[in-house]
Amino acid sequence: MTLLFGIPIQALFGQLLLGLINGAFYAMLSLGLALIFGLLNIINFTHGAQYMMGAFVAWLVLGHAGLGYWAALLLAPLLVGALGILIERTMLSRLYKLDHLYGLLLTFGLALVIEGGFRQLYGISGAPYAVPEELQGGWNLGFMYLPIYRGWVVLASLFLCLGTWLLIEKTKLGSYLRAATENPQLVQAFGVNVPVLVTLTYGFGVALAAIAGVLAAPIYSVNPLMGSNIIIVVFAVVVIGGMGSILGAIVTGFMLGLLEGLTKVFYPEAASTVIFVVMAIVLMIKPQGLFGKGS
Amino acid sequence: MNQKAIPVRNRAMTPQRLLVLALLLLALAAPFGIYPIFLMKGLCFALFAAAFNLLLGYVGLLSFGHAMFFGFASYVTAHAAKEWGFSPELAILAGVATAAALGLVTGWLAIRRSGIYFAMVTLAFSQMMFFVAIQAPFTHGEDGIQGVPRGHLLGFIDLNDSLAMYYFVLAVFVASLLFIHRIVTSPFGQVLKAIRDNEPRAISLGYEVERYKLLAFVLSAALAGLAGSMKSVVFQLASLADVHWHASGEVVLMTLLGGVGTVFGPTVGAFLVVAIQNYLSETGSWVTIIQGVIFILCVLMFRRGMAGMLGPMMKKRGIDV
Amino acid sequence: MIIKRLLMSVAALALSTGLAHAQFSDGKVKIGVLTDLSGTYSDLAGQGNIVAAQMAAEDAGGKINGMPIEIVSADHQNKADIASAIARKWYENEGVDAIADLVTTAAARAVREISKEKGKIDLISGAASLPLTNDWCSPTGFHWTYDNFATGAGTAASVTKQGGSSWFFLTADYAFGHDLQAQSERAIKANGGEIKGGVRHPFPNADFSSFLLQAQASGAKIIGLANAGADTINAIKQAKEFGITKSQNLVGLLIFITDIHSLGLETAQGMMLTTGFYWDIDDQTRAFAKRFAAKMNGRMPSMIQAGVYSAVSHYLKSIQAAKTDEGVKVADKMRELPIKDFFAKNGKLRPNGRMVHDMYLAQVKTPAESKGPWDYYKILRTIPGDEAFQPLSENTCPLVKK
Repeated sequence: MTLLFGIPIQALFGQLLLGLINGAFYAMLSLGLALIFGLLNIINFTHGAQYMMGAFVAWLVLGHAGLGYWAALLLAPLLVGALGILIERTMLSRLYKLDHLYGLLLTFGLALVIEGGFRQLYGISGAPYAVPEELQGGWNLGFMYLPIYRGWVVLASLFLCLGTWLLIEKTKLGSYLRAATENPQLVQAFGVNVPVLVTLTYGFGVALAAIAGVLAAPIYSVNPLMGSNIIIVVFAVVVIGGMGSILGAIVTGFMLGLLEGLTKVFYPEAASTVIFVVMAIVLMIKPQGLFGKGS
Repeated sequence: MNQKAIPVRNRAMTPQRLLVLALLLLALAAPFGIYPIFLMKGLCFALFAAAFNLLLGYVGLLSFGHAMFFGFASYVTAHAAKEWGFSPELAILAGVATAAALGLVTGWLAIRRSGIYFAMVTLAFSQMMFFVAIQAPFTHGEDGIQGVPRGHLLGFIDLNDSLAMYYFVLAVFVASLLFIHRIVTSPFGQVLKAIRDNEPRAISLGYEVERYKLLAFVLSAALAGLAGSMKSVVFQLASLADVHWHASGEVVLMTLLGGVGTVFGPTVGAFLVVAIQNYLSETGSWVTIIQGVIFILCVLMFRRGMAGMLGPMMKKRGIDV
Repeated sequence: MIIKRLLMSVAALALSTGLAHAQFSDGKVKIGVLTDLSGTYSDLAGQGNIVAAQMAAEDAGGKINGMPIEIVSADHQNKADIASAIARKWYENEGVDAIADLVTTAAARAVREISKEKGKIDLISGAASLPLTNDWCSPTGFHWTYDNFATGAGTAASVTKQGGSSWFFLTADYAFGHDLQAQSERAIKANGGEIKGGVRHPFPNADFSSFLLQAQASGAKIIGLANAGADTINAIKQAKEFGITKSQNLVGLLIFITDIHSLGLETAQGMMLTTGFYWDIDDQTRAFAKRFAAKMNGRMPSMIQAGVYSAVSHYLKSIQAAKTDEGVKVADKMRELPIKDFFAKNGKLRPNGRMVHDMYLAQVKTPAESKGPWDYYKILRTIPGDEAFQPLSENTCPLVKK
């Protein structure tokens, strides 16, 4: 067996692939977060709770309406996104003129309420959610056995990230969005309805979180705290990538997934901390983030 | 009993002084009606919130990592008292010194950033310290340091007596609050407020802004450490919960609820939150839900917090809170 | 100056009446159930423990020597500081005489310290760590249902004897996990097995894939899971997903029936485990389980919940026999009386507080073998108490006279 840093190279490949899968989740979640921050200037602490709600929608529609995975993949973003729009209209929209710390605090409070509510209703143990039949089984890659479902997650995530990026960089709607980020008054003057744009952006960002939640449901059990465990890491990803940078969020998400995968081989206890070390270093050296525009 | 903290200067009784005096008397009589441990927990968190508020309210820096000072000081105090046999006052001093040193290092790096970046840097450091707390053998990981002896204060006051312990905590708390009051009303405090309100102007006036910020950060860290150290003596325990980022979030809640930038606000907020946790502990998740709702209401409706709301009302009657 | 004098007198008064706070027995027997009502362990302990304690109080007739029995409860959220605050409040302010359950070692230890200091009784059922009856033992503290030696070493020894000769550990990175791994390793080595390595994972942890791949790369025959609750469940599910169960066997060193219930038999079938209780052993256990399930939406009792019943009812019997609820005297009586109920057929308390009773080596049934929900275990062997628990010769508790 070939060794690299004392680790069999096959094992290393396996770990990198797993890191990529985790990275897919980080990318999807941080993408939504970055999008929201870019336009609304709000750090959406509720993002983790919305991801959790996505997973719960999948589980609930299966139990109550008999709707399977694919229906959930469509329904969850619509429902959770609609709830997000409601939150934006009734609460967040009152905070745009204030320091963005208030947005952070409000969404933190919302996250507590949502998670507490789900805990109250469904307990903590979590509910199992089966992998859809079409995606069961796995491929033997030689160096590891890759469950088809995990492969699907990476593909779906890449597709979503790429799609969102193209939407923002290459379409007319995207150009309004970018313009509104720079100078909302001017864009408003050109006849674009900026408040609606803002609301829809929030809804879209939240919908992305919900999709990630549905994708996560068969891998981790559906559980009220699944979001609060991941949200802090996703924050770090957004900060490292550069707040509000779409491309930064995507690339950093995957990169940090890989880094975390490597850490799990060499120093597993530190796997959950390494991202924060990177965040501290990046903030010290290049505070606008790896992909952020000059501050 | 330590009585240094009580103002007995012979001056006219302004309404404000009367209020403070009434509160003090209330605090002295409280353990006869209310369970002392609950009061001490409240006082420790009130001091923690006051320390945090020194940074947020007077320098405008929101730290999302203050739990590292609170928690690490409590570890060091617990370790010093239990393993090295330090007396309580020395153990607490050791905790405070640790928090101050930690504050100096992290503050020196963190104050180069402001706003949300400052919050994120402090969060990053506190996550790293959390990692240290899990890994370092002396913290005993998930078990924490348990069975910390309360010992004898100055060699002759037996802190195992709940009331003696309470009056000690109260004395430290009052002294610290006076100290904070002193800081914010001093010329140093005025400069801090100037930096908060208009940093470029403060710089142009020739103030070395970074040094002021760093000093405020270290003071805040040390006071947060004092709160954590006392908590570990009161509960005879230092645990991971106090280093976790949830504790950092909780202190934000307390300060915001009570009123950012007010002297008594954080105390009010801390007691409210501790009371919610204490009296609703049987209901499980409802504590979380209620805390969340309070957060939302604070941000949407009364951003100045309870003290911020009451303050103007009192002011009309000539009482300055 | 007047103020100063006033303050001095208030303080003096305060000190002189300090004694008024100590609680003497108040004509009531009050038992606190301190458990995890909202967290990871709320299914295997939680509400079911409160129900079990209440059942024990009912079966004692609701009264002991004319004193009413009262059961109170609280959620310690698996945190030592919350547990210690509640225990203090209960003992100092609310006249609680004994605290039962105490799932999670950190919480159990915190309450153990306070109970010891105040001479009150603790009846630990949920926590697992062996030091509770070794270095941290107490004259008024009891460890009832199981410990890492009984489940970890018990399972590890049986599996090693049956040919599981090489092991790799996935260990929750905190005191409980380390202890469980250590106890299991000793048993494996004692039976001629080999330790190929191990990895410590953060607690709690959702994604085990990376650790499982390392376990796979080690080539060990057995992957030992030195963790509990949700961590164990996730690890087992993901091992199946990654096809690891085809070449290696997973062994949970601490498994509860509630874990099997959430995993489902499809995933869990064939696993070996050691348990202190199973509801379907004889008529007595079935009768208890039936009553319990009627109050718990059809859920069967876990070993922790059954243990709480047994501990509380033995405590109540001892009060009756000792004719006092004073902690130290009751504790002596508890050690004196034998324990005979559906949970422990021939239980006895050692000086270090360990309740020694028979354990069971069980295997999880296949879906075909199972007759329905909660019909999960085949009992392979009854492990006699003296073999199941740590030999007293190895015990480090100062209360054990050698």
